[in-house]
Amino acid sequence: MDIPASLRYARTHEWTSELEADVMTVGITDFAQDQLGDVVYVELPEEGARVAAGDAVAVVESVKTASDIYAPVAGTVKAVNADLESAPEAINEEPYGGGWLFRIAPDDASDREALLDADAYRAVCEEES
Amino acid sequence: MSTVPLDAVHEAAGARMTTFAGTRMPLQYAGIQEEHLAVREHAGLFDVSHMAELRVGGADALAFLRYALLNDAAKLKVGRAHYTMVPNDRGGLVDDAYLYRLDDADWLLVANAANRAAVADRLQDVATGFGDAHVRDVSDAWALLALQGPAAASLLDRHVAADLAATRKNATFATTFDGVAVRLARTGYTGEDGFEIFVPPSDVAPVWHALVGDGVAPCGLGARDTLRLEAGFPLYGHELDGAHDPRCTPFAWVVKDKPFAGDAGWPTEPACPRRLVGVRLAERGIAREGYAVRRPDGPEVGTVTSGTLSPLTRDAIAFAWVDGTLAAPGTALEVDVRGRAVGATVVDLPFFTPDR
Repeated sequence: MDIPASLRYARTHEWTSELEADVMTVGITDFAQDQLGDVVYVELPEEGARVAAGDAVAVVESVKTASDIYAPVAGTVKAVNADLESAPEAINEEPYGGGWLFRIAPDDASDREALLDADAYRAVCEEES
Repeated sequence: MSTVPLDAVHEAAGARMTTFAGTRMPLQYAGIQEEHLAVREHAGLFDVSHMAELRVGGADALAFLRYALLNDAAKLKVGRAHYTMVPNDRGGLVDDAYLYRLDDADWLLVANAANRAAVADRLQDVATGFGDAHVRDVSDAWALLALQGPAAASLLDRHVAADLAATRKNATFATTFDGVAVRLARTGYTGEDGFEIFVPPSDVAPVWHALVGDGVAPCGLGARDTLRLEAGFPLYGHELDGAHDPRCTPFAWVVKDKPFAGDAGWPTEPACPRRLVGVRLAERGIAREGYAVRRPDGPEVGTVTSGTLSPLTRDAIAFAWVDGTLAAPGTALEVDVRGRAVGATVVDLPFFTPDR
């Protein structure tokens, strides 16, 4: 189970990158993609959408189930990964790379600090597995 | 929770396990899509030892089964099997099942794991006072493997003495697999050619390992579900249940014209306010169980019972119960995919037919 130390994590299995050019990249974790199994379809948020922390903003569908993806922080969606429309399997193959979901400009950059670090997130995964 | 005899084998092989009908079962090994395609293109091996097996015997067993089940057991010669259904008293089903005629008065009924007790109770009730017909639950005496796929016969041929090329679909016979006594049946529930292998629990591991060693893909219940759906086969608890009349489904052919247990509670001719249909979505999205079906821009007319993205064709396919007047192939519908109206069309079943 890959849990990069440089990222922050939501209890609901989203990862959040460091702030780069005022936006943070968001995806689902290696643990989450493994639990979901083969991802076959993704619904992404609208660019420009205003979201609150904890809002359901995207849906990742595997063969067996549809899972809501939540905004880890409040902010504005600045970009979405349109490549996932034709290649949703990137979420399985590269959850921290080509399988990213969207980029968000946080209302308050310090909100990221309230998310889990890698050790705390690992404990969540161990609880759930 | 109970376990199947191969539980430790599945665990050691890294299968993701799930609890199904109270039994720990493998959900997937390499991944549902990969396993699904392995079955369509070569061969896959499923452990379906959780299924219920009931042995029916006695001089009146045939008459009893003709009355207890909807298909006509009299049509089965010794060594043959068919799909059938167990009726309730209210115009619905206790379960669907497969019936095997092992000998003149020796029958095997394989039912869904979740309905083991319900089917056993129902058959016992019907058998009471029926003369010489007795029903035994022998589920624990059998492990059951399903080898499915176009390469199944040639792979199995290396291990069994019988002439598999001469074995017809739905045939069943006793033989040996590498010296282990087994019962084979050219049956399955994936839409592919294949065999089910009934084997004593103590002997199942060598059979499993031999086939996996030959390059057969171990598969879980996840792929079994997408395969049966693609093949247009119903699943009890989804397409079929205690409330819906099976004569309002594409599987009405199972219901033969003869008296059956509980028929007083069934309408002579079903009205079919709703019919079970196959639908294919016209746009991206997946129709999941429970999603509403509507007329285009119109009122709700039905509900999805099972749906997935076909791993083979990449189409979103589903079963749905819809208004009986909207069941003709080609009828335009919409599925409410989490608030988004996605166009869909009623299509003929199966969704996929092997091109062989």
